[in-house]
Amino acid sequence: MAFETQTLDIKGNRLSLKRGGQGEPLLYLHGTEGLSHWPQFLDDLAQKYDVIAPDHPGFGSSPTPEWMDDISDLAYIYLDLMQALNLKRAHVVGHSLGGWIALEAAVRSQERIGDLTLLAPAGIHVKGQQKADIFLIDPDEQARMAYADAALGAAASEQANAEKYQEVAIRERIASARFGWNPRFYNPRLGRWLHRIGVPTLLIWGDTDRIFPPAYGPAFQSLIPGAELVTLKNCGHLPHVEKRAETLAAMQTFMAR
Amino acid sequence: MKVMVFYLMPYADLDPGIKDKYRSAWIVLPNSHFDPEKGHALYNRYLDELELCDELGFDGVCVNEHHQTAYGMMPSPVVTASALSRSIRKGRIAILGSAFCLRENPLTLAEEHAMIDVISGGRLISGFVRGVGSEYFSFGANPVHSLERHQEAHDLVVRAWTEPGPFAFEGKHYHFEYVNLWPRPLQQPHPPIWCPSMGSLETIEWAAHPDRKYVYLQNFSPRLAVARYLNLYREIAQRKFGYEAKSDRIGYGAPVYVADSDEAAVNEARPHIEALFNIFLPKVSEMMFYPPGYMSPESLKSVMQLKRANAGGVKIETLIERGIIFCGSPDTVRSQIAAAQAELGFQEFLCMLQFGTMPAALSVKNIRLFAKEILPHLQALTDRDYRGFELPKHAAE
Repeated sequence: MAFETQTLDIKGNRLSLKRGGQGEPLLYLHGTEGLSHWPQFLDDLAQKYDVIAPDHPGFGSSPTPEWMDDISDLAYIYLDLMQALNLKRAHVVGHSLGGWIALEAAVRSQERIGDLTLLAPAGIHVKGQQKADIFLIDPDEQARMAYADAALGAAASEQANAEKYQEVAIRERIASARFGWNPRFYNPRLGRWLHRIGVPTLLIWGDTDRIFPPAYGPAFQSLIPGAELVTLKNCGHLPHVEKRAETLAAMQTFMAR
Repeated sequence: MKVMVFYLMPYADLDPGIKDKYRSAWIVLPNSHFDPEKGHALYNRYLDELELCDELGFDGVCVNEHHQTAYGMMPSPVVTASALSRSIRKGRIAILGSAFCLRENPLTLAEEHAMIDVISGGRLISGFVRGVGSEYFSFGANPVHSLERHQEAHDLVVRAWTEPGPFAFEGKHYHFEYVNLWPRPLQQPHPPIWCPSMGSLETIEWAAHPDRKYVYLQNFSPRLAVARYLNLYREIAQRKFGYEAKSDRIGYGAPVYVADSDEAAVNEARPHIEALFNIFLPKVSEMMFYPPGYMSPESLKSVMQLKRANAGGVKIETLIERGIIFCGSPDTVRSQIAAAQAELGFQEFLCMLQFGTMPAALSVKNIRLFAKEILPHLQALTDRDYRGFELPKHAAE
């Protein structure tokens, strides 16, 4: 599926995005790993949807405006983006950091959001449920931990080790830290507003997620009214990569309703 | 040349077995491994040794700040500097440095530094550091804002030390309605500011700026890296700012161990310096020392290139060969340091005379021998023999 790269000006900020496919609009918000390794999952979704996949500010080809320092800035940027593209009833899909952004946007306004699919999202903290500190470990170790399958983890680890001091990898770690350093990938105030989410919400979690433990799934479910939770077996922190078919199947059933 | 003694105050009684159990003596090493009774003895021993150095004619004593580690027991160098501010009678008291930018309110440190300056009769040197990368894990402070906050905290503190208060400070990261320091520092316009660094381009350029011309101090690094960064200071001064940096702006710190013969020195220092490098220094990961945004991508790439070339320097012979430490008989150490001076042109030298697990018997012996055989020689060294530096063909990376 051919994706076209576009650069949009959102209130004076340059945002680079890839857009491909036809159908209902689907906004994909990536996690800390960015989009430099394009997930095939997005090609699959573009068979049926108009997929819009931006590089978050500081990731890929999007520069970071110096004033940006909080997750709420990203939430507003994407509300502005949906408005600029005049999206209606968009399927919003977010992975990890991107899931957090989707939630922060949704508690502010669901005017243009049709439904939410959250793949192992960040955003809240459950007491006693320790997340991996992806800033303390090296990228190769993080890549290994992201998979349930040891062979996939080893291959990803080797690649991450080779790329960790390349410009884009360094920049994306900086962008991740800008929004997720303290507290680590959560907003202590988010949980108290998740009750505002009134659109259908699907949570997908790997049962062997060693970055964000699977216990976060039920915690989110209890905070978001009517949210469904699908747990995938033998799956780590990247359900859309490690269990692509099952993830797509769960999403398509959900989004078709 | 001025010669000061620099102590990290390591937890020298650390059980070497921790190396097999924990990935690092920083952050992840449980503090159950710290015995306060042993800590009591160590602090007092180290303070005694620094006081001895003052009696023996050193130009000052230096302390610094590290958190959550056995590597150095000074999360607050202000405490040790305060303890020394009444007992050090002659020399300077150098805090190298305080991490102002880690604090939500850097003015508390500004007040404390001012107090020490006033109590000591104006003998304080204030080092401004960002803290090593691991401090950003200990503090929770975001390393992405480290450079900005470092510079803004500096501006705030210097204004607080020099401008009549009360005034309001409106920065990007710091906002205060009332800035009005009691006491003001004794030294005018303010205590000398030094910039100890690991070689970040941003810090070197900032320190060398004509408005500041702060002493740039490179500690604890292979000679190649030291030469590169000290020369970079001079190069930036000349090429970017159009002035010639004086040698008294150039500081260099290194562990030194001296004994009657080269062989005795190497044998006596070996277990302690190797413990420093192999037990106290290792990090959980590269990221722990260089968290995201702590350095610009350019600086990080450049530092990692040097680091990789130096990986594995764990034997004392290698440390001597790479010029990371000075070790040998008095003749050897004198000529090693003189050679380094001719190459690097520093006029501030910081010697670390206790390191790692070294017990008092050896550190006191080292201090006394250094003071007798090396110190007078170094204090007489000017930069007359400095060979100068070559501007590299390429602009600074």
